[in-house]
Amino acid sequence: MNFSEVFKLSNQLSKFSPNGKFLASCVQYRLVVRDVSTLQVLQLYTCLDQIQHLEWSADSLFILCAMYKRGLVQVWSLEQPEWHCKIDEGSAGLVASCWSPDGRHILNTTEFHLRITVWSLCTKSVSYIKYPKACQQGISFTKDGRYMALAERRDCKDFISLFVCSDWQLLRHFDTDTQDLAGIEWAPNGCVLAAWDSCLEYKVLLYSLDGRLLSTYSAYEWSLGIKTIAWSPSSQFLAIGSYDEKVRILNHVTWKMITDFGHTTTINNPKIVVYKETEKSQNLEMENLPFPPTKAAASSLFNTESKYEVVSTPVSLQTSKPVTDRPNPKIGIGILAFSPDNCFLATRNDNIPNAVWIWDIQKLKLFVVLEHLSAVRSFQWDPQQARLAMCTGRSQVYLWSRAGCVAVQVPVEGDFQVLSLCWHLSGESMALLSKDQLCLCYLENEGVK
Amino acid sequence: MGDWRTITVPIPSSESKNISQFTSEANMSPSSLYSQQILCASLPLAKNVHNFFRAFCTEENVDQSISYLDQELTTLGFPSLYEESKGKEVKRDLNIVAVLNCIHELLVLHRKNLLAQENVESQNLKLGSDMDHLQNCYSKLKEQLETSRREMIGLQERDRQLQGKNRNLHQLLKNEKDENIISSRATQYNHDMKRKEREYNKLKERLHQLVMNKKDKKTAMDILNCVGRADGKRGAWRTGKTEARNEEEMYKILLSDYEQRQKQILLENAELKKVLQQMKKEMISLLTPQKQKPKEKAEDSSGTVLSDVEEDTSELSKENMWELSCETVREQLTNSIRKQWRILKSHVEKLDNQVSRVHLRGFKDEEVISRQDHEQETEKLELEIQQCKEMIQTQQQLLQQQFTACDDDTSSLLQDCYLLEEKERLEEEWALFKEQKKNFDKERRSFTEAAIRLGLERQAFEEDRAGWLKQQFLTMTSFDHKNSENGKPQSAFSESSDQDNLTLHSEPSVCTSKITKSLPASPSTSELFQTVQHISENRKTRNIHQSTKFAW
Repeated sequence: MNFSEVFKLSNQLSKFSPNGKFLASCVQYRLVVRDVSTLQVLQLYTCLDQIQHLEWSADSLFILCAMYKRGLVQVWSLEQPEWHCKIDEGSAGLVASCWSPDGRHILNTTEFHLRITVWSLCTKSVSYIKYPKACQQGISFTKDGRYMALAERRDCKDFISLFVCSDWQLLRHFDTDTQDLAGIEWAPNGCVLAAWDSCLEYKVLLYSLDGRLLSTYSAYEWSLGIKTIAWSPSSQFLAIGSYDEKVRILNHVTWKMITDFGHTTTINNPKIVVYKETEKSQNLEMENLPFPPTKAAASSLFNTESKYEVVSTPVSLQTSKPVTDRPNPKIGIGILAFSPDNCFLATRNDNIPNAVWIWDIQKLKLFVVLEHLSAVRSFQWDPQQARLAMCTGRSQVYLWSRAGCVAVQVPVEGDFQVLSLCWHLSGESMALLSKDQLCLCYLENEGVK
Repeated sequence: MGDWRTITVPIPSSESKNISQFTSEANMSPSSLYSQQILCASLPLAKNVHNFFRAFCTEENVDQSISYLDQELTTLGFPSLYEESKGKEVKRDLNIVAVLNCIHELLVLHRKNLLAQENVESQNLKLGSDMDHLQNCYSKLKEQLETSRREMIGLQERDRQLQGKNRNLHQLLKNEKDENIISSRATQYNHDMKRKEREYNKLKERLHQLVMNKKDKKTAMDILNCVGRADGKRGAWRTGKTEARNEEEMYKILLSDYEQRQKQILLENAELKKVLQQMKKEMISLLTPQKQKPKEKAEDSSGTVLSDVEEDTSELSKENMWELSCETVREQLTNSIRKQWRILKSHVEKLDNQVSRVHLRGFKDEEVISRQDHEQETEKLELEIQQCKEMIQTQQQLLQQQFTACDDDTSSLLQDCYLLEEKERLEEEWALFKEQKKNFDKERRSFTEAAIRLGLERQAFEEDRAGWLKQQFLTMTSFDHKNSENGKPQSAFSESSDQDNLTLHSEPSVCTSKITKSLPASPSTSELFQTVQHISENRKTRNIHQSTKFAW
């Protein structure tokens, strides 16, 4: 594993281009575009304000920079650096901004979710979509980019509108039987839309592309319900993570639950491999310590390295008790991710925040548990193979694959706390983001321990 | 108890001598009063006694009083007051000594009585005080009991009240937890939320109107130049055609997805059917060997197996003919597999039962037969085992023999040789045996001849001896006896015949009796008798020898 040097970053805004050639990162109000292999600065753009949101267009030709405070969106072209585009929402304000799948339209959500303005870069025309729903995930595009599903709310009722992205024709408009629609997501095959209710009610509705209700699923009543949802890459399974610390898997044939995965605090099954992160002992050479201590030396003293150790069952995991009288408690399945080959599902139970659970989907059983010293902040699967990268806020990046797992220290002077990470689409490199720094990590694809 | 004081109260007594009364005074009431009363009572008693003395005895009735007193005292066991009467006199003189003794005795008695009285009184006082005390205690305890009972009742009341409160609280808690409450609250919240949302929507509308109406120039897009479409084509107007085309495309996508899924499902189904058919074949193959075993119940299953096999083969052929997606075919397949599975399961269960029966040794009507069968089979098996063992042993022996031999031919030859040897040996022995037999016969004959000769010789010898003895005897007996005796023995001895034995016996006995007395030195008549007997025996034996053959 090779690590690049550290670059400045703000707001943890750093994205690889969809074609995998470029890396865009923000530093305050500047947009820096680098080449992925050489990390040379190819372009440098300056925006009018601090950038809050960064997005590549699907054809990797344009970059969108949104500045919510000013209500501005600026679009930059890679081919023509002198080309510029500025969209000003004015008094309408700006809450969210995103590209359409064709890379020629920008959808701005104005303040208070009053409307969604669709700006066309081809025709300079504007369209408005009224009554968008202010929810967790109100817009969803199909994988092929043909259709868009939008959650709406009129007269205290939830609706879903399906649009054809090519000409923004309203294809279907139907109401949903939800109390408070929290999110919608297309299946990867683009034929089924999952809609789920807010956490006050456990309900998942499955709609076909033509707007018919295929099925409804509700596991229980009254307790807090769904927290996260994830489709498997083959669209065979829908994983629903809920506040009762369980993941329920629905199958695409009958839309009924085939199994549920419980996240218990103790693991007794000896067939499950449990990796525990343990600190390596430090060899301090007292004589060679410089005085006054340099920053590097001081950080290395406090930055203890750690490695994975296999622990034999029964294992008891560290739990954190959530405060029950506050809303949005840290219980339940907070993160769900399927591996790209459809073989594994990685989950995190928010009240066992240090552990990542990896489930074998072929056998529908728990496969591996990785327990860390700090709370897991994020994890992401390699887009090409079943390899999971995790970060916990320490200066290490953790990798797991079927062959084993490894904890790699980021060899950076000073403290580099990996807060989030992002894979390159080839699976050969990874961007590690800390609060104000960016580091690229290059992986050799064979022989990751 | 109080102070006990003994006070000697001098009582004015006139006639009585020092009657000291011991009075006891106790600081107790009311028993003390009572005792004082007694004392008071006793004091006037003294006076009364004094009075009584005056009243009892006057100058006139002295004699009468003396006699009375005497009577009283004598009845009480005291000696008589009178002097011993001398010769039955009417008037008797007063015995002063006796009187004084009596008085003394009476005084002593009185004192004793007083003591006793005192003791009794003191005891009485004690008991009285004890009783007082106990009564006080009792009353106190009673009061205590009462108070505690009242307390207990009060506490019980409180307990009951608290329990009631507890129950109420539990009920409240239950009601709180009850879903009805939650659901009603939820509906209430929803209603409130909707109300607020309506208000909010109104605000939004208002704001939207304001925003739209303002037509803010700021809301604009400042773009350098238009960008071409991603696919390079020109944008089309939105018409009904395009709408229809969009619909069409959407349905095409859906249909293609369904078709794909259906293909996958068909493939899966085909694979599963193959697996099921394989399973069925294997199950049939497992079950068919069972029909060869003579088990009663298995016969039924084997019967069904046979029928199933026939059915299944026909089914297979059918299935191969038609498409596998035919529902009836599918049903048939699943049904046949279920049947086979049931048969297999029942078979396995039977086996399990048999095994368990063997372990548990339980008896049931149905199972006795099979157990017997089982036993028979085991016996058969055991016999077989034995036979096999024997065979093995014999074979081992043969093998050993074969191993000891170097070559087959030589071994056979050797075997033959051994046989010949044995044969010859046996023949030789037989010949020997025959010779020996002959020899034994010869010897026997010779022995017999020798014995006969010996007998003859002996006889001759005996005859000679007898003749010699006779001569001797004759010479000896010539002094005692005369011709009569000579003639008889001679005739006796000369005639060797059995008939004369008796007479011989009788005569020598007569003779011997006489002879023994007279001739001790010469051969006794017993000897003679013996020789005569011997001779007769020889004759007998000779006769016997002659009569019988010496046969071994």
